[in-house]
Amino acid sequence: MKEYELVVIGGGSAGLAAALSAYDNGLRSILIIEKEDYLGGILLQCIHNGFGLQTFKKELTGPQYASLFIDKLKERPEIEVKTSTFVMSISLNKEICYSSSVEGYNVIKAKAIVTSTGCGERSAGAISLPGDRPSGVLTAGLAQKYLNIDGYLVGKKVFILGSGDIGLIMARRMTLEGAKVLGVAELMPYSNGLNRNIVQCLNDYDIPLYLSHTVKQVVGKKGHVEKIIIAQVDSSMKYIEGSEKEFECDTLLLSVGLLPNNPLLVPLGVKMNPKTRGPLVDESLQTSIDGIFACGNSLHVHDLVDFVSLEGYKAGRNAAKYVLSGLDASSYINIENKTCVNYVLPNKVNVNNIEDITISFRVSRPFKTSQINVYQGETLIKKIRKPYMLPAEMETITISKDLLINKENISLEVVDA
Amino acid sequence: MHSLICIVCPRGCHLEVDDNNNVTGNFCPRGKVYALNEITHPTRTITSTISVEGGKINRVPCVTSSPIPKENIFDVMDVIHKTKVTAPITNGQVLISNILNLGVDIIASRSIERK
Amino acid sequence: MYDILIVGGGVIGCSIARNLSKYEKKIIVLEKEADVCEGTSCANSAIVHSGYDPLPGTLKAKLNVEGNKMFDKLCDELDVEFMRIGSITLANNEEEVEELNKLMERAKENGVEVKLLSQEELREIEPNVTSQALKGLLAPTAGIINPFELTIASMENAMDNGVELALNQEVKSIERKDNKFIVHTQNKVYETKMIINASGVYADIVNEMVNEHSFDIIPRRGEYSILDHFSMDYVKHTLFNVPSAKGKGVLFSPTTHFNYLIGPSADFVDERDDVSTSIKGLSEIKNQVLRLVDDPQYPQQIRTFSGLRAYSDNNDFIIEETSPSFINVAGIQSPGLASSPAIAKMVEDMIKDKKLKESWNPRRRKAVKLSRMSLEEKNELVKKDKSFGHIVCRCEKVSEGEIVDVIRRNCGATTVKGVKKRIRPGMGKCQGGFCQEEVVRILARELNKDPMDILYSTSESHLFVKDLNKEEN
Repeated sequence: MKEYELVVIGGGSAGLAAALSAYDNGLRSILIIEKEDYLGGILLQCIHNGFGLQTFKKELTGPQYASLFIDKLKERPEIEVKTSTFVMSISLNKEICYSSSVEGYNVIKAKAIVTSTGCGERSAGAISLPGDRPSGVLTAGLAQKYLNIDGYLVGKKVFILGSGDIGLIMARRMTLEGAKVLGVAELMPYSNGLNRNIVQCLNDYDIPLYLSHTVKQVVGKKGHVEKIIIAQVDSSMKYIEGSEKEFECDTLLLSVGLLPNNPLLVPLGVKMNPKTRGPLVDESLQTSIDGIFACGNSLHVHDLVDFVSLEGYKAGRNAAKYVLSGLDASSYINIENKTCVNYVLPNKVNVNNIEDITISFRVSRPFKTSQINVYQGETLIKKIRKPYMLPAEMETITISKDLLINKENISLEVVDA
Repeated sequence: MHSLICIVCPRGCHLEVDDNNNVTGNFCPRGKVYALNEITHPTRTITSTISVEGGKINRVPCVTSSPIPKENIFDVMDVIHKTKVTAPITNGQVLISNILNLGVDIIASRSIERK
Repeated sequence: MYDILIVGGGVIGCSIARNLSKYEKKIIVLEKEADVCEGTSCANSAIVHSGYDPLPGTLKAKLNVEGNKMFDKLCDELDVEFMRIGSITLANNEEEVEELNKLMERAKENGVEVKLLSQEELREIEPNVTSQALKGLLAPTAGIINPFELTIASMENAMDNGVELALNQEVKSIERKDNKFIVHTQNKVYETKMIINASGVYADIVNEMVNEHSFDIIPRRGEYSILDHFSMDYVKHTLFNVPSAKGKGVLFSPTTHFNYLIGPSADFVDERDDVSTSIKGLSEIKNQVLRLVDDPQYPQQIRTFSGLRAYSDNNDFIIEETSPSFINVAGIQSPGLASSPAIAKMVEDMIKDKKLKESWNPRRRKAVKLSRMSLEEKNELVKKDKSFGHIVCRCEKVSEGEIVDVIRRNCGATTVKGVKKRIRPGMGKCQGGFCQEEVVRILARELNKDPMDILYSTSESHLFVKDLNKEEN
């Protein structure tokens, strides 16, 4: 059985960065397995610009951003890549079963594994979308793939449920291709997408955004959507009688959230975080199983690819360290989310491994001016003030190791300032 | 007095421009440039895809080499729609030069190999 | 001129067609949709009931019990997914325990094996059952089945043995003339000596094209939730509550692919095509399922759907030669799926003057399913055809080769939904978000069509309005 030091599962932005940094940190036997025919993951269908501002200080399109990493990979020809190859399963002793039309079904072994299997879109079924189930109701990402990769336009009169970024991007994209986008409904009283996308995808094209609205009924008895009825909801998410609006349309795009995709980790019994739907990890991004690391959108959904790449680098670096010298696992402190913090990541840190602790988190509601409080046990060890925080935007806070006072749990809360 | 949301980066700063063109609310200098542009002659980067003949993929993603005036967006899209290019295409290749005499090129944002 | 024309390509029509394909008869099945298994057979609880529950003496009781016993052989012949996992009916209070005792008596009368489980025994075999449950009635012969596969495999086998299938043929009127019928669809005319009406929720309408009014079909909608396969043994049996006047109530059951099914609600609806889901119906089952399990695992929900049961006003199956050479097989609501093999046999026995064919093959060509093969077997297959190594559906791990196989068979898939029903791409967590694009490409290639002409299911369910590559210069 062929053995690698590191196998990276998923060749999108997280996996590419993981492989590169594992190489740069000393590993030479690295394999990337990618399901699709090309490396780059979902970036390849995200043809819009806005990627890489944090990392490259440039506004790149998705494919451009991916190609920067793919070019770096080409400079390191020892990194092996299998595209059009699908991982069927992994085992606790890190055997990986994959299949492709070229090789058939094969099993290999790895000293460490990085899973970077991305996320998927919440479907109509997952949100119990009421009414008929006709064609023309599809996720924004599928419509994006059809349009940007294949050149098929899915509809001409479009309504969008959910103000996630993919939905906003598709509102503009379909408008440019001649479709009429009638509106976007968002269940929450605030948008789930980035502000800039509200401006340049909706406002630029006079597309109305209906906040605190959702689809009450999909109508399409003959097999294709004909009409949707939206209604306003109150603060307890109940429909407000008489607030219904009807839109005749041939398409309902769904942009109602992304869910980490972890079909390989769940059957292994890896401990999962019910909030993120990704695995629980420590500061090295190691899951509850020794030598299996996770990064990118399969760990938790990011809003910026730059952060995905950074996380990939981190996972690759730590996987290399794990293989070459082992990771200390002696002294963990748990990290918890408290008031108005939806989740934190990592979920525990080994203080022997780090200088600073960087915690990623999301707030559970919008804040105009806020204070982030970091506690250890009952003691406040750090506080910072921050303007504008939105659930749609991932935040990070760094705590210097010197601030730690004992071995008690660290917790994070956000309050109005 | 204009209120704007900056689209230069994902931070999305809330900007205000007063009658004397003083910009406030910007986190970085690019915000100021954006705000002044936006109230005088707003521009946008446009991305789309162009039909490819003889490639492994039928569509090549493309992007304007620099932002174009907002009012020209749909005219530019018309030209993009009518364009066909032939594989192979390299990332960064000019697919349409000086589109509509705007001084802006349409460039490929992905390489496409020949079938 | 056909000897027998069957109206309806659901599980009943297809099972009857398969049974009758043994005989020297010219048979055709007319189905109004673009595929078989598009109505009630496509949207139900997928349960082969044991038969302890229908009132003794009814056709339902007789055919359910007989039908249940026929599934092992049938599913072996047709290579259909079927598991006799058993059902447990729960009693959560003393009144319901009383009811369970009555049900035990009824089971005895119907000749169905049951066993009363104490609370301890119950929790031992089903640890996730609700803590309210006091007792359970285990019916070990109950099973779960893949209803799409049963219907489609029956039709495939019928076609292997010479039966014709006409899709997109909606019967509009029927004339009886001399010793034959002239059947008009929206665009064709068929002549036949005999008609078997297996048209589900439309059975009363088709009946009255020939006969006097004798029964009404009232569509009764059932809504369901499906959970992802997050666990192989969260619940191992089909769980029911003690039945009420409205039917068997909400169940929680594994499916043959280890998804979990929650439902159905039961609401009479006005329209025979109203398979919409409703907030009311889905929240009703959400409440009721708490009487079966304490944590129904709703975050794992991947799909909601609804189906119509063909409830007849006399509340029993109607299987009779209502007028000469016109057989009604109507009102086949629950336990219709469990009864289907016995119903087909009963109809077979009603046909006179029939001569067995010299060769009749009861087996369809085995389904190609990589999920049940060893690594070596898979690689043997890839050696012959490398498309079996290429995985298209990542949620359900379905290869291109398997998709091509279900397109190329008799009664093969022609639509996206047709592929989904047969081999599962689109049934998983992504609901087609990842794989639909490739399924469309494979369908277009295999059927020699433009992707613009590929349909999701019905003739109006196109996927695209424009192909940018064909834009005029």
